[in-house]
Amino acid sequence: MFRSSIEDIEIELFVHALKRRFGHDFSNYAPASLKRRVRLLARQFKCDHISDLASKVLHNPQLLPDVIAGLSVPVSEMFRDPPVFRALRDEVLPRLASYPEINIWQAGCAFGQEVYSLAILLKEAGLYERSHIYATDFNDVALARAQEGIFAARDAKLYSRNYQEGGGTRSLSDYYHARYEFIKMDESLKERITFANHNLVCDSVFCEAHLIICRNVLIYFNDELQDHVLKLFSDSLVRGGYLCIGNRENIQFSASATDFMAIDRQSRIYRRMPH
Amino acid sequence: MDSPRPTCIVIGASAGGIGALRILLSRMDPRLCAMIVIVSHTGSTDMRNFCDVLAEQSALPIEEACERTRPQPGHVYVAPSGYHLLFEPDGRFGFSVDSKIGFSRPSIDVLFESAAEAFGPTLAAIVLTGANSDGAAGLLRVRELGGLAIVQDPDDAEIDTMPRAALELAGADHCLDLRSMATLVNSLCGPRDESEDPLR
Ligand SMILES: C[S@@+](CC[C@H](N)C(=O)[O-])C[C@H]1O[C@@H](n2cnc3c(N)ncnc32)[C@H](O)[C@@H]1O
Repeated sequence: MFRSSIEDIEIELFVHALKRRFGHDFSNYAPASLKRRVRLLARQFKCDHISDLASKVLHNPQLLPDVIAGLSVPVSEMFRDPPVFRALRDEVLPRLASYPEINIWQAGCAFGQEVYSLAILLKEAGLYERSHIYATDFNDVALARAQEGIFAARDAKLYSRNYQEGGGTRSLSDYYHARYEFIKMDESLKERITFANHNLVCDSVFCEAHLIICRNVLIYFNDELQDHVLKLFSDSLVRGGYLCIGNRENIQFSASATDFMAIDRQSRIYRRMPH
Repeated sequence: MDSPRPTCIVIGASAGGIGALRILLSRMDPRLCAMIVIVSHTGSTDMRNFCDVLAEQSALPIEEACERTRPQPGHVYVAPSGYHLLFEPDGRFGFSVDSKIGFSRPSIDVLFESAAEAFGPTLAAIVLTGANSDGAAGLLRVRELGGLAIVQDPDDAEIDTMPRAALELAGADHCLDLRSMATLVNSLCGPRDESEDPLR
């Protein structure tokens, strides 16, 4: 197959440097989108070549959080793909209601839009008080923002529309305070959320989950890493626990996918089968 | 030596795109030996209806691109809404939800650039009607890596902004109306005439 070789070599060197020096392993990320982000990062750091970028981080370790933030893609929306939230509301939450305590793991929470959406869903189902949500990401910059729960006011219209289309019965503005060009999510939504750094590549299972939501994260991983993470989810979920992935994700190339049975193909909601 | 036959054709379309695509696809040889991959900005959230509309006019099978799968020659794939569609180096589809580029996700540039890197000189890229400049940078990358650049004649385009932007930044090997474009693609990627095959 055709290659544009110098840049590919430089990217390999950069990935290798991050792994050897900082223990951050991007070698099993899907190459095409990783390449785009490494290029953008080089531009952001005013490097002519990607090999300059490698040397820059190696000699300035304080830049690492910004490098991770640049390689991470914290792009999200509240109630993104509304039918999925409707399915969670109608099909999944009623079944979780039978547990005395509900553990939910949201992996790859980005700036937190999705975890606040989830908190609202749980409140409206009357399950919030006995739920515990672990919102994790490997991007500390994004996690700090997620914890603040502050979003741009210009996005509120889209979020409200999504919320309504996802079966919301109130007004989304009941859950935030608008100030100038920002909206701040209500503090009460945070009570049962724990934000934590967790790297899906190298960190292990930390809770027994009833529901795992990990949307549009596995798309950035190659087959091998996707399989590794699905195995991690399978190990974390209780028998019959639920997994929800992104709307257009495909897990057919993962051996661990056999641990999961689709209950809603459109919304990509699965149940963990008994081993 | 002649330039190699394209094995993959990427097409970018925006405003006015559905009409142009219907004309183009309706004239494609059903025995086409290349795969066709389309990014079209439509603003619709479900491209499966869009595929159905295109399929009415076309003899080629048309479906939404599916993550991680390998596209097949003679098939037409459409990028789903809300995701960038990329070619991985191994020729399979990759998706991303990276930020919109110039208000668009999927972005034509993202598809073109990744396809250029996966296919090099065996890629053909087509820029059709549209009211923005998506595709111009991607077309430049296609040409840098030896691929074939085809742009809809601005006078033939419903909205000429996108073809003009592509011509200005990248230029083109061919600048054609839709009918001539279909003829060209059929001659480049139609079934091989065995009498012309030097190996036989
Ligand atoms: C596109 S966002 C998904 C946001 C949200 N789930 C959604 O679908 O709207 C992808 C997130 O995955 C995170 N991510 C990428 N690689 C990761 C890893 N190895 N471990 C944990 N999180 C990771 C990124 O930091 C980013 O915040």
